[in-house]
Amino acid sequence: MAKTVTGYWNGLRDTRVMQSIFRGAPGASSLHDALAVQGNVFLHLASVKIRRRSLAFRATWYLGTLTLATFLILVVTGVLLMLYYHPSVPQAYADMKDLQFVVSAGLFLRNLHRWSAHAMVLLVFAHMFKVFYRGAYRAPREFNWVIGVILLLVTLFLSYTGYLLPWDQLAFWAITVGSNLISAVPVLGAKIRFLMLGGNSVNANALLRFYVLHCVILPLAAILFIAIHFWRIRKDGGLHTGVQDTQAKESHG
Amino acid sequence: MDETKPFVAVVESDARKAPLRVAFVTRRTSPQVRATGDAFVMTWPEGILRAAVAVEALAIVLVLLSLFADAPLEGLANPMQTPNPAKAPWYFLGLQELLHYFPPVVAGVLIPTLVIIALVIIPYFNVNIEAEGVWLHHTRKRLQIFSVAILALILFLLAFEVYAVLAPTLLIGACMLLAARQPVRASTIQRWLTSRPLSFWIMTWFLLTSSILTAIGTFFRGPGWSWVWPWRA
Repeated sequence: MAKTVTGYWNGLRDTRVMQSIFRGAPGASSLHDALAVQGNVFLHLASVKIRRRSLAFRATWYLGTLTLATFLILVVTGVLLMLYYHPSVPQAYADMKDLQFVVSAGLFLRNLHRWSAHAMVLLVFAHMFKVFYRGAYRAPREFNWVIGVILLLVTLFLSYTGYLLPWDQLAFWAITVGSNLISAVPVLGAKIRFLMLGGNSVNANALLRFYVLHCVILPLAAILFIAIHFWRIRKDGGLHTGVQDTQAKESHG
Repeated sequence: MDETKPFVAVVESDARKAPLRVAFVTRRTSPQVRATGDAFVMTWPEGILRAAVAVEALAIVLVLLSLFADAPLEGLANPMQTPNPAKAPWYFLGLQELLHYFPPVVAGVLIPTLVIIALVIIPYFNVNIEAEGVWLHHTRKRLQIFSVAILALILFLLAFEVYAVLAPTLLIGACMLLAARQPVRASTIQRWLTSRPLSFWIMTWFLLTSSILTAIGTFFRGPGWSWVWPWRA
């Protein structure tokens, strides 16, 4: 007898190994589905149940999900790129050439990282405007909107610090233009610029600082705020469905 | 239309889900019920699988893009050789375009700071919470305030010759005036415009303005930040 996909799935899930990994119990029911979410360290940020209406494409255009997707692609490709990259002058640029001509699929890796980064900035903006036009920033979701603004800034800083790393003319002058703007800050401008660049101009120190910001500090900040952002969706009563929901505070989680 | 009652009160009882619901149906809304209760589905598998499909679709698009389009790489960084024009990443080109009109303190510090503050405080201001059309109440008084504000903005933009911002400002202003008209027989578009709250207009103006500035900075600026046509470059 031909087994269905579901049949295979259930058989796999009921094995001892799978149950030891996913903390499950044999059988299939809504309770099992609920435990699959609640008993998972990553999924438990989400609620167990979700409004059918908020799953419709027109509700969110899946922009938040897609933004997370670009972030995950960026983490994976970024870590792989780190294996071939030295944050020093002029080795950084030589590493770009190696990625292009020596490393297997190195060019593809860099392309995917670059285009995903642009896509992420674009998607974050799109997500923000979509949330605004849906009115999803209203109570009780006010503070999640603020966390979203923080994530927008983290995304911009991530993209900006990454822009310098190839150490080509494009990178060098884009960062020079940007950092010159910082000197326009009243009183503290020159100090902030010095702190950011580790000197008075874009040089090897700036490359190292941007590298640490781009690969350690900002991704950690992003992960922290993404976690809070997702957890707040559950605590604030699930995704906004376009209907004024005054009782949303009685959350489902 | 006769002015007997401003609303109809409807009492609905659905004891199992919500003990009592009182609906006030005003003249401008339809008494038609758009949704009763909220159907819930399990996050696993319904939500997670849908998200996985969305992620997969985006990943395919990005992989295809990466296979066929290469990331730019120019020559080794050279502090002695300034490219003309030196451009920031695309998402900052709107600001760089503003730098062309205003001093750096305004374009590079004041405007971005104000934008961030404005974004953060959006959910904490009642004007953004009310979903009512901006012209539905106190139409005359609001029209006066609107006229003064938009005239001041237009004069300011004219004084600094910021035509790239002036164009969307005039467009949004015209749409708002159109929305202020409340004819007896309103078309669907007219009714849609009239029902837009103030926050909608401000955000749409911001979206339009920043898109135009970014597009100009990206495609229409050449050596010395002079105007170029991208198809002639």
